[in-house]
Amino acid sequence: MTEPIDERLRSELQQHGVWVTSMQELYNWGRKNSIWPLQFGLACCAIEMIATAASRYDIARFGGEIFRPSPRQADLMIVAGTVTKKMAPQIVRLYNQMADPKYVIAMGACAISGGPFKQGYNVLKGIDRYIPVDVYIPGCPPRPEALLHAFMELQRKIDSQKLSGADKAEHLKPEQPSEFPVPLFGEHDLESSANPGVFHPPEIERA
Amino acid sequence: MESLEQIKARAERAVSGAQIAIVPNPGPAQQSSLLIDNEHAFAVARFLRDDPTLRLDFCSNVTGVDWLDRVVKKTVKMKRLVDGEEKEVDETTEEKIPGYLEAVYHLYSMTHKHGPVIIRIRTRDRGDGARLPSLTTIWRSAEFQEREIFDLYGVRFDGHPDLRRILMWDEFVDYPMRKDYREPDDYEWEPTPHDEVLEKAKRHYTQRPELDGAEKITAGGDALNR
Amino acid sequence: MSATVQTLEAIERPPVSMGSRLEGELLEVSMGPQHPSTHGVFRMNVALEGEVVRKLKPVFGYLHRNHEKLGENMSYLGSMPYTDRLDYFCSMTNNWAYALSVEKLAGIKVPERAEYLRVILAELTRLQNHASLLGFLLNDMGAWGTPLMYAFREREKILDLFESLSGSRMMCDYMRFGGCRCDTPPGWMERAKQIVDRFPHFIDDLEQLVVGNEVVIGRTQNVGILSPDLAINAGIAGPMLRASGVNYDIRKVDGYGFYPRFKFRIPLGEHGDTYDRLMMRVLEMRESLSILKQAFEQIQPGPIMNPKVKIRAFRPPVGEAYGRIEGPKGELGFYLISDGGQNPYRYRVRPPSFVNLTVLEDLCLGHTVADVMVILGSVDIVMGEVDR
Repeated sequence: MTEPIDERLRSELQQHGVWVTSMQELYNWGRKNSIWPLQFGLACCAIEMIATAASRYDIARFGGEIFRPSPRQADLMIVAGTVTKKMAPQIVRLYNQMADPKYVIAMGACAISGGPFKQGYNVLKGIDRYIPVDVYIPGCPPRPEALLHAFMELQRKIDSQKLSGADKAEHLKPEQPSEFPVPLFGEHDLESSANPGVFHPPEIERA
Repeated sequence: MESLEQIKARAERAVSGAQIAIVPNPGPAQQSSLLIDNEHAFAVARFLRDDPTLRLDFCSNVTGVDWLDRVVKKTVKMKRLVDGEEKEVDETTEEKIPGYLEAVYHLYSMTHKHGPVIIRIRTRDRGDGARLPSLTTIWRSAEFQEREIFDLYGVRFDGHPDLRRILMWDEFVDYPMRKDYREPDDYEWEPTPHDEVLEKAKRHYTQRPELDGAEKITAGGDALNR
Repeated sequence: MSATVQTLEAIERPPVSMGSRLEGELLEVSMGPQHPSTHGVFRMNVALEGEVVRKLKPVFGYLHRNHEKLGENMSYLGSMPYTDRLDYFCSMTNNWAYALSVEKLAGIKVPERAEYLRVILAELTRLQNHASLLGFLLNDMGAWGTPLMYAFREREKILDLFESLSGSRMMCDYMRFGGCRCDTPPGWMERAKQIVDRFPHFIDDLEQLVVGNEVVIGRTQNVGILSPDLAINAGIAGPMLRASGVNYDIRKVDGYGFYPRFKFRIPLGEHGDTYDRLMMRVLEMRESLSILKQAFEQIQPGPIMNPKVKIRAFRPPVGEAYGRIEGPKGELGFYLISDGGQNPYRYRVRPPSFVNLTVLEDLCLGHTVADVMVILGSVDIVMGEVDR
């Protein structure tokens, strides 16, 4: 496993009808081509997500057409739309209910940072305050092509994940949490307003 | 449809003791409205719905409005004795109008296909005990919209069958659509702040007292060059 | 030889530990906000007796993104792109309702070509909204995928038109106070005509496949009956009101835009049940096609913007105005109060699908929990508009 296969030997064997691969490659190949997303829409972006799954764009070409209504059966959560403070605890709970390995795509400006609704009192300023996000798609809403691109990015990420060694995938590390605390409804705001274990605001300076 | 003056006169005749005032609308829309006193609002509303020539059976829209304390300046020309001579002097009087919360109902008639007739009811003040009579039993379309006004403005509607918060969560205590509402401070990361958001965001920026503003910009430029 | 048939009564059953309390106990179920067919983040708390709904309370606010508060802190024009995101299926009609209200507030006239363009775009919006609604409704009924795929195929064609006109598929931000943002690109009208000419095939297909379908009839007829009196009193508007037999269409009553210039009929329902609400959409699509054909014949070249309107630093005079249009989902109104400044003092949206949900409990009582989804689908809600 640690030794990579000699590419010349591999192609020579392939010519003789022998296909040599590693466990990791086979495993990731299977995983990346059958990502089951959670059937879960929040706002405008969800309609573009449906359009991506519908006849013209057809996400089935990438093995992602099986939208599961239950988080227990899903690998991928597409946070499609504005996350309000009232909805945020539900989203974290859904994420906690998903089985590892699990991935998150933040679709659209609202899911990334609150987007055009950022100044609203009930709008969460980015879902990455509570759960880790793998791929961000900008746009308001992103076109179906953009979602497909994000999907392919995620496939690339899954393909590069290692099964063993020091740099193995996050979900294989036992000390890595797979569940995150659910924020509570407070009197003025959610308590807490961000999970410091996940969210690191970039430090910026301005005059 | 009758003019507002006619409606007002007939409603005052039908409901004894009702005090109705016409709130003029100076804009081009010319949608003036009727201001009804709280005690008789329910009876007047029922009259508007059941009167055969009006039949305002469709309450389309219920809006809450928050009016803050205002000071209205009036300039009046007064004659005064100045140095023994009578002169015309501009006298400015200031009138303080205390703030209030308002519910505005837009009524239409499906039977006669006319409208809108706009009625307003006002609370006495903007305090926590602001109350208004509920018109939900007359027009059911007001049910959710009055709940929304309670949720966002804090107006208690007497006689509402199910007055709870509707859009915000139950534990929430503020009334966010009021003009003096302050939202929670979570501006630690703002990519493009401007105006008052910049002021809020600045409180979260790293304090570096050894630099003044101008040097900060050049420091950023250096970072780019590096 | 005769086999002895054991009837159910004859079987001796072991005593059930919970006693005989299988009836009369209410089970409270929370449906949503994450549910495959609540059309977004809608939630209902349902009290069930067996499978029958005895109580239903909708829970809102999971998509409350403070549209009205933002509108009050923003210039009049600044709110225009936000109206796209109210009912994200019908950005064009939302634009129109808002532009109409501001035009009422400031007394602005709209040139002829712009009015025609608005009618064309609004009716195209109605087509794609009703088509996708039927897809979703049949999806909820268990016709998984196929009708929705058909509907989205047609919707994509209309979205292509919107995109080539305004630059965006869904969030068009196309209308301005006193006209429209830009004129149609060359060849646009011809493409629109083609799509409109071919659209009846889709409606015919859908009718053949679905409308006479035994399962659809079984699931929808006599389910969720809405009486006309309750409909009027509860402020129901749009296709849902007309399905109950109330002849009230704002296009006819207010005669806004150029609608008085077109000949079209108002389809009316007879029973007010889910089937009528479904058929109402099919019939309205046919009427929209007829309006579109007339508009394509009548539209003439000309200016699309009133040149007197100031776009930047726009300050309407002090006053207030309530403007409303017949949106695809019902009466969409905007109530604006101006204090003479650059921002509206009060900016209120009258959302049709929010008010239409008032009667949801009345429609669902006594039906099974599976019917709740069908009834909800026939109300045609979009959460962006319900919660704003």
